[in-house]
Amino acid sequence: MVETLNVSPDVLAGAAVKARVQDLSFYYGTHRVLKNITLSVAEKKVTALIGPSGCGKTTLLRCFNRMHDLYPGNRYDGGGIRLLPENTNILGADVDPIEVRMRISMVFQKANPFPKTVFENVAYGLRVRGDLKKSDINERVEQALRGAALWDEVKDRLHSLGANLSGGQQQRLCIARALVTDPEIILFDEPTSALDPIATGKVEELVAELKTRVTILIVTHNMQQAARVSDFTGFMYIGELAEFDRTEKIFTNPSNKLTEDYITGRFG
Amino acid sequence: MDRHFDHDLKALEKKILGMGALCESMIQKTVKALVERDSALTEEVFTMETEANRLHMDIDDTVVKLLALHQPMAVDLRFLTAALKVNTDLERIADMAVNAGQTGYYHLFKEPPVPQLDWVTRMAEVAQKMLRESLDAYARRDVQLAQKVLLEDEEEDRLKAKALTDLISLIRTDPPRSEAFVELILLSKNMERIGDHATNIAEDVVYMVLGKDIRHGHSAIDPQTS
Repeated sequence: MVETLNVSPDVLAGAAVKARVQDLSFYYGTHRVLKNITLSVAEKKVTALIGPSGCGKTTLLRCFNRMHDLYPGNRYDGGGIRLLPENTNILGADVDPIEVRMRISMVFQKANPFPKTVFENVAYGLRVRGDLKKSDINERVEQALRGAALWDEVKDRLHSLGANLSGGQQQRLCIARALVTDPEIILFDEPTSALDPIATGKVEELVAELKTRVTILIVTHNMQQAARVSDFTGFMYIGELAEFDRTEKIFTNPSNKLTEDYITGRFG
Repeated sequence: MDRHFDHDLKALEKKILGMGALCESMIQKTVKALVERDSALTEEVFTMETEANRLHMDIDDTVVKLLALHQPMAVDLRFLTAALKVNTDLERIADMAVNAGQTGYYHLFKEPPVPQLDWVTRMAEVAQKMLRESLDAYARRDVQLAQKVLLEDEEEDRLKAKALTDLISLIRTDPPRSEAFVELILLSKNMERIGDHATNIAEDVVYMVLGKDIRHGHSAIDPQTS
């Protein structure tokens, strides 16, 4: 078991809470990969999850939009994830995962545009919902592409394949696709690990811009990236949340020796 | 796990402690030269300043390289930022030792001996002790020893106040020698400043070890946890 859970009592002081993870455990079959995670996600802030490979950070992220439901044998246990202000447990059996994914979008490690045009990649989520007029869809796609800082680069080739864009542009296309449903939370799973420093910089700028409108949860292996983009950081270790605090505290003076050893490269 | 980076940090620490030892030796020699009116020893201190300046630049350069190449976090980051500040304080201490040497070399040695120089020796002893302890605290990550240095600064301030009172009194009773007494007032200020720089180093040690900024009257003890 990890030493202690270090959460300063005033860590979220002044920030509204958008989601609350309560005593959440998660199993891949019989293997318990998340152990009693309790965590508050601040609204319109960036929360980073860091930790060594296999610590459960991506598993926790995927709980937020019910990705695990797609595979048999997976099981959530405990108090669930409550979305505020209405206090809905998004892991509840009565909650439609598609609805959850409309409200909580995800951007993956590797850009994964659909084999469709730039426009259709972004419009897809709206078409799934199926309740919008063509003119509304056009407007929302443009808004999303602008929101992902991609519009100026693709406005003249909206109908060419998304896969023809550069790696960095494809990742921003995926961010536009995540934005188009006007989500409350966006989940980023190592969004820049396959990008060069320039494209990485653009995505990080975008994250900083997006947090004025949306709550962001990001998993990253890049310590400097977590330090640059996030307001709060959680350090996970063997399925537990070993420490959660303001990012500047974590990276200058963490409370837990395990966190310190990890971020200073002594293990991991 | 012993990282390659740890070897770089250790090498840097060794340089800083070397710089500290050099400064300590400069204070010792400069005061001995003052008391014994030894120009040759003072010239030795002037020569030592060249090495102090070289080390000052070398240490800064090393820290900047380590920051750029390793992008350190947490305790490593605190160690390196403290190294930059300690280095600056040490260079200032070397300057103070030189200034004190110049007081003797260019002024006091040309005049008849000044009586009652015990306080100079005493102030230098306290300053040297503070410097030695602050560097020991740095090398051993010893917060308690660092806090002891902070308390010792009060003794240095008290000695300086006493020296000032005595020297003003001497100026009044022996006006023709006022210039020498004013030089001694400046000397007492130099010794007191060495104590202040040692205090800064001690404060940096507390920051480096605990991550707490205790400068400007802030306590190392967190009021929330005490």
